[in-house]
Amino acid sequence: MTLWKQELRAGRVFLAAWAAAVAFLTAICILIYPEMAGQMEEISGIFSQMGGFSQAFGMDRLSFGEFLGFFGVECGNVLGLGGALFAALIGIQALAREEKEHTAEFLLTHPVSRTRVVFEKLLAVFTQIFLLNAAVLLVTLLSVALIGESPDGKTLALLFLAYFLLQLETAAVCFGISAFLRQGGPGLGLGIAALFYFLNLVANLTRKAEFLKYLTPFGYAESADVIMNGRLSGGYLAAGLFLGLAGVAAAFWWYERKDIA
Amino acid sequence: MRAISTEGLTKYYGKHRGIIDVNLTVEEGDFFGFIGPNGAGKSTMIRTLLGLIAPSGGSAEVFGKNAGKKKIEILAEVGYLPSEAAFYNGLKVRDILRFSADFRKQDCHAEAERLCERLGLDPSRKIRELSLGNRKKVGIVCALQHRPRLYVLDEPTSGLDPLVQREFYAILAERCREGATVFLSSHVLSEVQRYCRHAAIIRDGRLLVCDSVENLGHTGAKRVTLYGVSRAPLLEGIRDVKTGGEAVSFLYNGAPGGLLQAVAALPLTDFTVAEPDLEEVFMHYYSGEEM
Repeated sequence: MTLWKQELRAGRVFLAAWAAAVAFLTAICILIYPEMAGQMEEISGIFSQMGGFSQAFGMDRLSFGEFLGFFGVECGNVLGLGGALFAALIGIQALAREEKEHTAEFLLTHPVSRTRVVFEKLLAVFTQIFLLNAAVLLVTLLSVALIGESPDGKTLALLFLAYFLLQLETAAVCFGISAFLRQGGPGLGLGIAALFYFLNLVANLTRKAEFLKYLTPFGYAESADVIMNGRLSGGYLAAGLFLGLAGVAAAFWWYERKDIA
Repeated sequence: MRAISTEGLTKYYGKHRGIIDVNLTVEEGDFFGFIGPNGAGKSTMIRTLLGLIAPSGGSAEVFGKNAGKKKIEILAEVGYLPSEAAFYNGLKVRDILRFSADFRKQDCHAEAERLCERLGLDPSRKIRELSLGNRKKVGIVCALQHRPRLYVLDEPTSGLDPLVQREFYAILAERCREGATVFLSSHVLSEVQRYCRHAAIIRDGRLLVCDSVENLGHTGAKRVTLYGVSRAPLLEGIRDVKTGGEAVSFLYNGAPGGLLQAVAALPLTDFTVAEPDLEEVFMHYYSGEEM
């Protein structure tokens, strides 16, 4: 696990910065809730009647007056988007960075198979995502305790699971693309995360575009659906699993054959 | 045992030529120089041997093992120095050396320390603080610290000062005496002439010649320099005439008697006759002239 360790070590500052930023924003959102709760009934009414805007963010179905409703929209944006951007960035650079910085030649002339390299790099990406989510979950639980709310544990766990899976899928898709790149394309990674995010917004707006939810992990990580249904949508989840696995498979398949320049 | 052998080895990058139909054999224990200018295909050849790229045709074997299929077994016995060594910037030299050793599941720290000492490399420095030459030294220690059977070195001395170059070749010579094989690519002909036993010349992706360094220099032609005259004698077999000051120099591959007769009447102050050096052989192969 030499490479896995090296990857975690090399990415530790980046991970710490993102985890701190996402956890900080999440904590802020939770801590301002009591102050807002009084005005919530009113706000909730306004927010739910802003037509397409409300639909896009699921606010027509969630109540801001309840903590989980508020948390779902806020957290859905902070951890969902923040986590997806982080996952996309580390995923897209994992393999491509070695060639961009000419370290691939050094790494791959050691007696280690490329399959092993891909495996340890993928594991490092997933490990970092896990650590980010664990940190944010911890800060969330502390903040929630601090404001004296006691939201339904199962729903909260389900929300975190959804965001975690969303990030794993985004990372897996970007990781697959990374195997084909010779330049570490952070811009491309950010683009993919943004694309996923906006696909879901569009899908929320009109029934005709609802099929787009199959293409984006934000489809099953839609807070409103998770809170109301008490489960993740199986169809969207299956589509996501397929996309993620396709990314991972592409990475293993192509990296084994690739000419290292 | 053959350390390296290739048969019809060919690599195209799309339409671009890498190497074409290369047949090369390097015996175990040899000190072998692979000569060619930039872009001739030296690095392509080396990368194919190490399994970094897959050949378009032909085959390559290292210690009798197929370079593609048995890549990992081969890499376990090879120490490779890339021409442009790059490492993870945030790490210290010591970390890189340990990282490399860990991958080989070996404890090399004693040998690494010795090599750093001899090459004048401080292992506590960060990679990003190092000069080009010092980065090269890190690459050298990585290639040497596990004492492999085969050293594959791509332009090893570029960026090194002359003293370090000499120490580096001294270490390689020791390893070679202990039975290891050295395969290096270079466009510095003097170092190939000085250190290598065999050499091959590659041009535009094709192997032109492969022989002992001694034989390569032994083409029948002599480099003749006459002092005290400013024009070469009119004689068959003279070419590559260079004049400068009170001397003239040329390559001659006719009968010795003819040359002696022609110069006997000249008002010479001095003269030398020498084997042409590898550079001249190289230029010969590169200009396509007869020697």
